[in-house]
Amino acid sequence: MKRSLERLTLLGPGLGYLTVLMVVPLALVLSYTIFQRGRFGGLVYEPTTENFLRAVDPLYLDVLVTSVEIAGVTTVLALLLGFPTAYVIARLPGKWKTIALVGLVLPFWTNFLIRTYAWIVLLSPAGMINDALTGWGLIDEPLQLLYTKPAIVAGLLYAYLPLMVLPLFAALEKQDDQLLEAAANLGARPAKAFLTVTLPLTLPAVITGCVFVFVPSIGNFVVPELLGGGQTAMVGNLIRDQFLKARDWPFGATLALILVAMLMLLLMLQAWSARRLTGDKNA
Amino acid sequence: MSRIPPIRRALAGAAAAALVLAAAACGGGDSGATAQATPDALNPSADLTKQTLTVSNWDAYMPEDLPTTFEKAVGSKVTVTKHATNEEIMAKLTAGGDSGIDVAFVSGPFAQALAEQGLVEPIHADLIPNLANLYPEATNLAYDPGNKFSVPYTWGTTGLCYRSDLTGYEPDSWNDLLSPKPELAKKITMLQTDRWLMLPAQKSLGYSANTTDPAELAKVKEKLTAAKQSLLAFDDTTFYSRLVSGEAALVEAWDGWCNYGITDNDKIKFTVPKEGSDLWVDTMVVLKTSKNKEAAHAFINYILDPKIHSWAVQNILYKVPNKAAMESIDPALIKQYPNLATTPADLLKGETLVDLGEGATDYSRIVTEVAAS
Repeated sequence: MKRSLERLTLLGPGLGYLTVLMVVPLALVLSYTIFQRGRFGGLVYEPTTENFLRAVDPLYLDVLVTSVEIAGVTTVLALLLGFPTAYVIARLPGKWKTIALVGLVLPFWTNFLIRTYAWIVLLSPAGMINDALTGWGLIDEPLQLLYTKPAIVAGLLYAYLPLMVLPLFAALEKQDDQLLEAAANLGARPAKAFLTVTLPLTLPAVITGCVFVFVPSIGNFVVPELLGGGQTAMVGNLIRDQFLKARDWPFGATLALILVAMLMLLLMLQAWSARRLTGDKNA
Repeated sequence: MSRIPPIRRALAGAAAAALVLAAAACGGGDSGATAQATPDALNPSADLTKQTLTVSNWDAYMPEDLPTTFEKAVGSKVTVTKHATNEEIMAKLTAGGDSGIDVAFVSGPFAQALAEQGLVEPIHADLIPNLANLYPEATNLAYDPGNKFSVPYTWGTTGLCYRSDLTGYEPDSWNDLLSPKPELAKKITMLQTDRWLMLPAQKSLGYSANTTDPAELAKVKEKLTAAKQSLLAFDDTTFYSRLVSGEAALVEAWDGWCNYGITDNDKIKFTVPKEGSDLWVDTMVVLKTSKNKEAAHAFINYILDPKIHSWAVQNILYKVPNKAAMESIDPALIKQYPNLATTPADLLKGETLVDLGEGATDYSRIVTEVAAS
């Protein structure tokens, strides 16, 4: 009895905060999906299934596929760049490790919007990269870097790479060096040891990192707007526009719900695979 | 000089209008909105020092010291609240009960919608002698002929804003934007908000800017999809600075915003394409729930004072429908920003955007299709 009271006091504030600020808005979004749009935004409380019928239209599915593509490419690149980074940081001597970690999260101290605008300065036809390339005589005409899909990927990758590195770092740092020694003693070359020991042990962290990068990437609407020049529709933009421009809250809510459902599925998959991979010991 | 580009135009005007027919067409909900309010009996000799006003306006859309100067001149205290979009203020005003707001600034079609629902006090012209300062054209606007329940504050149109030194010629057609010369490819931006994204294609095809005809909309979509190939970006907020930097050579722009570019580069010019364009108006209304209606009218009268009304021209470079105010503008300013000299008659050639009711859904779908293409 005393034990459960203790748990409740410890759990209560955090759980209450999450319930009120996450579950309630989600419930609201859910309830919006079955009503009709009001003339000036808002809702007309007459039930309809039309929002869901519209959402499965090929047009919106296309947008969803584009979003999955962009977020997917971002995630793969983040993994390819993030794993070596995390691997090296985890093996740095104490002081340098701290410096590297601080460096990794340092960009978060600056507003995300400002950092994204900085990319415009870098990528624009009159920007630093094009200036340098033309200056060195490598190209004659400025390249169209900005307002392309690769520009969106570059911006997302920049924003979310630390979210890949941090869980990988945590897993790699925890790893017991004796395991690698044992592998070496049994005749495994470093590459083999990496593939058969290190990689399987960090797989849960790889999945966590991928989810951490994929989830915010697919919902992001600032980067497609600023670096994509509004020419690539991602699902985040679509949802934002339904609320702020088209004054169609119910349809915006429906699209949001579909996105949330997709991500929930992804998180469940992650939890399930993490449990399997760690042999159900601490998941 | 306050140069906060009123974001309202992008979001708010988007919403644009709500014509009488839209009220009927909007289906379900609030279609019962009909009865216009009957005027209250107002006392022309009321003691205004006993009245206090709450005015809701877009940020930086009127002089910051207005409450002080108004209180000195008229005697009523004024509190200013701000709204970012028409939708935001509409939500407050239509929520039912007394919003506590006496005077609100909204775009024309929204004023009309408020009037349809009986939420605004008919304008007592006898309490606003400065109405005489308005251009005759400004008393005959489609959403409120005769200014029965709203008083226009600013007006303008949409057109081509360009760097004459980069284009090498003087564009005069929406087609200069939609199918540009090869050397201008990727040096062009278009507005991003639904109604203005559609406008150039609609006008170049000779359609109404309010068309909901599926065949016409299909043609519009086709034209926009093709135009996207030569586009640098869809852009509602930084198009004029792209002109200044030379990143863009020709952009679709609101007249007042093109002026912000001209401030930094006098090679930038504005023109309304020969196929025609739109006309937007922002207005002032007095709320039915106001308990300070005499002071509210005095406030509108004060705004219409040429000395006050000309502030908007001098500081945010918008045109105002006030003849006396426009005539008081320094000719040097008009020389610098030639579109300030657009005559009311020319402005009224623009088509007033009206609310599309359910048609708005078709518009936003086309915009998504163009973006996803």
